[in-house]
Amino acid sequence: MTQAAMSQEERHHPVASAWRRWAVAVAAALLPIVLALGVGALILLALGADPGAFYYHIVKRGLLSWIGLQDTITRCAPLLLLGASLIVAFRAGLWNLGIDGQFLLAAVISAALAPVLVTVLPVWLVLPLVMVVAMAVGALWSLLPALLKAYHGVNEIVTTLMMSFLGISAANVLIKLPFDDPTTTVPQTATLATDDRLPRLFGSTINVGVAVGLAVILFIHWLMTRTAFGLRLRLVGANPRAAVHVGLPLGALMVAVFALSAGLAGLAGAVEILGVWGNVRADWNPAYGLMIIPLVFLARFNGIAVIGFVFFFAVLSIGGETASRKAGLPNYFILVLVALMLIFLALTEWLGQRRQMAARD
Amino acid sequence: MSQGLLSDAFLISLIAGAVAAGIPLLLAGLGEQVSEKAGVLNIGIEGMMLFGAYAGFATAFGTGSLWLGFLAGAAGGLVLALLMALFCVRLGLNQIVIGIALTLGADGITALLHHVQFSRTYPRLPRVETLDIPGLSEIPILGPSLFARHPMVYVALFSVLVLTWLFRKTHVGLNLQAAGDKPDALDAAGISVVSTRTWSVLFTGVMAGLGGAYMAMIGAGIFVPFMTGGAGFIAIVLAMLARGRPLWVLIGAFLFGASLSLTTALQVGGVNVPTDVVQMLPFLMVMIVLVLFARRASLPAALGLPYVRGQR
Amino acid sequence: MTMASRPPEHATGAAEPIVVLRDITKRFPGVVANDRVSLDIHPAEVHALLGENGAGKSTLISILSGMQRPDAGTVEIRGRTMRIASPRTALDLGIGTVYQHPTLVPTLSVLENLMLGASWRAPMNRAATRARLDEIAALLGIALPEDAPLGSLSLGQQQLVEIVKALWRGEKVLILDEATSMLTPQGVEDLGRVIERLRDAGIAVLFITHKLHEAVRFGDRVSVLRQGRKVGSLSPEALGRLAPQEAIDHIVDLMFGGTADRTGAERSRAHRARAPGERMVIEVDGLRPAGDPDAAGEAGVSFAVHEGEIFGIAGVDGNGQKQLAEALAGQRGTEAGRIVLDGAAIEGLSVRQRQHAGLRYVTDDRLGEGTVSAFPVGLNLLLKRIGDAPFWRHGIIRNAEVERHARALIAEHDVRVPGPGTPLGHLSGGNVQKALLARELDDQPMAVIYNKPTYGLDLNNIHRARRAICERADEGVATILISTDLDEILELADRIGVMLDGRMVGIVANDGDAARRVGELMIGVGARA
Repeated sequence: MTQAAMSQEERHHPVASAWRRWAVAVAAALLPIVLALGVGALILLALGADPGAFYYHIVKRGLLSWIGLQDTITRCAPLLLLGASLIVAFRAGLWNLGIDGQFLLAAVISAALAPVLVTVLPVWLVLPLVMVVAMAVGALWSLLPALLKAYHGVNEIVTTLMMSFLGISAANVLIKLPFDDPTTTVPQTATLATDDRLPRLFGSTINVGVAVGLAVILFIHWLMTRTAFGLRLRLVGANPRAAVHVGLPLGALMVAVFALSAGLAGLAGAVEILGVWGNVRADWNPAYGLMIIPLVFLARFNGIAVIGFVFFFAVLSIGGETASRKAGLPNYFILVLVALMLIFLALTEWLGQRRQMAARD
Repeated sequence: MSQGLLSDAFLISLIAGAVAAGIPLLLAGLGEQVSEKAGVLNIGIEGMMLFGAYAGFATAFGTGSLWLGFLAGAAGGLVLALLMALFCVRLGLNQIVIGIALTLGADGITALLHHVQFSRTYPRLPRVETLDIPGLSEIPILGPSLFARHPMVYVALFSVLVLTWLFRKTHVGLNLQAAGDKPDALDAAGISVVSTRTWSVLFTGVMAGLGGAYMAMIGAGIFVPFMTGGAGFIAIVLAMLARGRPLWVLIGAFLFGASLSLTTALQVGGVNVPTDVVQMLPFLMVMIVLVLFARRASLPAALGLPYVRGQR
Repeated sequence: MTMASRPPEHATGAAEPIVVLRDITKRFPGVVANDRVSLDIHPAEVHALLGENGAGKSTLISILSGMQRPDAGTVEIRGRTMRIASPRTALDLGIGTVYQHPTLVPTLSVLENLMLGASWRAPMNRAATRARLDEIAALLGIALPEDAPLGSLSLGQQQLVEIVKALWRGEKVLILDEATSMLTPQGVEDLGRVIERLRDAGIAVLFITHKLHEAVRFGDRVSVLRQGRKVGSLSPEALGRLAPQEAIDHIVDLMFGGTADRTGAERSRAHRARAPGERMVIEVDGLRPAGDPDAAGEAGVSFAVHEGEIFGIAGVDGNGQKQLAEALAGQRGTEAGRIVLDGAAIEGLSVRQRQHAGLRYVTDDRLGEGTVSAFPVGLNLLLKRIGDAPFWRHGIIRNAEVERHARALIAEHDVRVPGPGTPLGHLSGGNVQKALLARELDDQPMAVIYNKPTYGLDLNNIHRARRAICERADEGVATILISTDLDEILELADRIGVMLDGRMVGIVANDGDAARRVGELMIGVGARA
């Protein structure tokens, strides 16, 4: 019997096999990155740039210089929160592709609310209050797709995308009409004074936002892997029919997933505004959504791994700005790298499955 | 104000704008409709449009021929579609992941190429020669806005008829529908699901490429990085809402186009409304339609699922 | 029941077989679906292939129709060994198949469905298609609405379209896989006439069914599959010699293992430690499950189960057993009726509340809904108790408790698995069922519904599962045992209810005469209680 053989192996080398599994997992996550960097180097060569110098500058600026490292770490904050948002949705098998709209709308509301609130309330109360409001805004913006999916089975990819476009436009309308700061020439919201923003850490330019991001993604990882609630969500994602069989309220859970996921996207918007910008200008849209989706996939929905990938990506994007400038290229090269990683990730996954199937036959 | 709204200038600007903004959506939407019919959710269509836009513009700029530009645009879309077909149809990889990857890659590569070639000069193409349809183009208001356009407009409109015919009257239409609704039925009938879907994805690539090329060469006259700005995603939604009917894609594309051009038209008519309010209209419409007809919004049963024989 | 009249020339069996299967073997992970099966299919003859679910019929068909390839054995067509590599090859060889699961596109019209399969370059010739449709319809003696979307037709009519399609290119062999499973009695009658006409037109018909009376009624030749093996067959001559009842008795012996196994069954019943108690644990009164309108009769289903009693529910698959089980478990709504568990009405309770009240449901769809393949075995064993103490405290999992619980159940039920952390998907079918039983029988159940508990298992695991069911009943658990395997019911049950067309058509005590009476009720003859 194969089972007998397996249990024997388990008994003799439990530590060795755990190490091997771990090593295989790390290799499977790193392989796409290495391949993508390799192909990226070829593209750089074709564009007449020196790949060695390019990658060197990325590391030097994004990781090894103090100013660059502070920027890198600051950039991680919204990405970690968006990553947490997607982990919740993807683990529950739901495609929340509307995080850009949820993020931006919450950011604008935060930017409008915070400067007003600080005039009447103490800062230590305003900041968390605004964050909570931002989460509510994000969650509210996902309500319609959630209800349509949960009770009418309408494809959430379409509805969340639509709501995302709507949210981005609505955010701009808000900036230009009700929330416009009349004292500036460019349409933008009122600005939160630097002293009233999220406190900075140890005299650096890094604000508390990254700590919030880390705490939240660790909490979400813990929630999804260690709690009954998280297990229920994973059950919905892994086998919705089993969820019905077990007696879970499928519709209510789906709405909860959307609310949590979109709420975290909203929190990301608040942290970005309260921590970094202090206001929102018209047509500002960092469009983190399309970038963070691949990272969450690369991390295979694992919160700890997302932290690693987000940091890696932040180094890439902060360092990439300098490296691109030095190479005389625009910053868009990073997009190509991420695309390559994603394709190689899908391919390694496919090869892994084929190998497993071959091994089982 | 009412005088301004009803003026000829406003109406001509509105209709002309609707056509200019609608044609890329129409082309891409028709393409997406074919692959959705066959059961492939082609999220990479945004990237295919952008590739087409760049390839079309660069070729037209280099050769001076718009027709060569369209050819190159179609080829550009096709290249990405080949990757999509290979990864998603042949290997059965996740259609959403690959779709996003292709879009990101196209974003990056076209921006880089644009930077290397055009970022210093930002060249424009000369104004486009139009094909005035004798007689019709002299009708007031409708004439200049509808019947004095680049020939590609008529090609796009004609392809609505061609696809309608293809869907209703040919085996191609039957095979596509079976591939999306009940792939095992098509397989049992002895037609390969994989090659049916492959061809449908390639067709999408060509149409999206043409749409992108139109956007860059004729709509804008210039290539700008990320210029498609979500048009591909709108095309996906148009195709889903049209539920397999090309004429509905046409209507949807021009409604979207009209609301996109409404701001300009309003300004021509003397009314100043933020672009964003108007830009929300089409998305708002889609959501309203989805809420009202939620139960009837039908998609091909096997949309987004790779086909493996004997697996249910 | 009327027997089909057989043309006299078939009594001699003169015609050479058109298709010969020799020693076909096909394995799937954990199962041998076909074990050296040999079969002859003759022109102008209906060959009925009879077997229970999981006996290997569908695998055999998928091999003949090119959907799958055998691991060993050969297929000869008109005397030549052929490799049927794809559905297209099968069609080219003149083998048309009507699958159990419909293979037509509901959104296309009848005519369009029939045109499906031509090269995309071919012009679409509606007139020619219409003519050919009329031709085949005339051969079959039927009429079809040609331009209506297929989805709007009745299931019987869809079935006929499937047959028309299977004969489209003048196929000489027609395979009908469980063709009657979705038909009304009238639809079955119509189909019977169509099959007779086909046979008289010289076509070889392979009629696959799990319904005994259909095999006898439609078949000129009957072969019986059991657990992947052909256990016997009746030639036209043999069938001609036997009276209908004798034929049925003979085939029942082949299907259900004959007298030898029945004494085995008696022995295993003798193992029951104690007789059922007097206390009523489950009372079901006039229950009508929601959903499928034809599934339940007007009056609904009524029965009661005592403490320590095994109440068997027999019946051909698809007669409303699954709907009944789901309605009892709370997974499916009810339109009418009451369910009383231990004196308290539970029809208004949720799935989880019923579980807490002591009602358990062992589903027949073990991988589809019963378990989550990607989750470790340990979590699968607690799938219905997520959040409960002591495995979760304040909603937080306590892995040590989960693992302790898993190890205990794995040992108790002998689940062969490397450890509690192994994903359930890595387990064999038998071990998945052991895990499922372990989960449902844990924690003091008061009443358990088993739906086809041994379906698809090998003999060892079948015996193990049956023993577990008996032991629990001996401990006082009120047991509802739904099975399509009559032998199993006769072996285990104290009383037997029979379901037909969504109704409980009779309840009999499991005494010496039960097999005959239950068999009659199952096929719709005999008194209705």
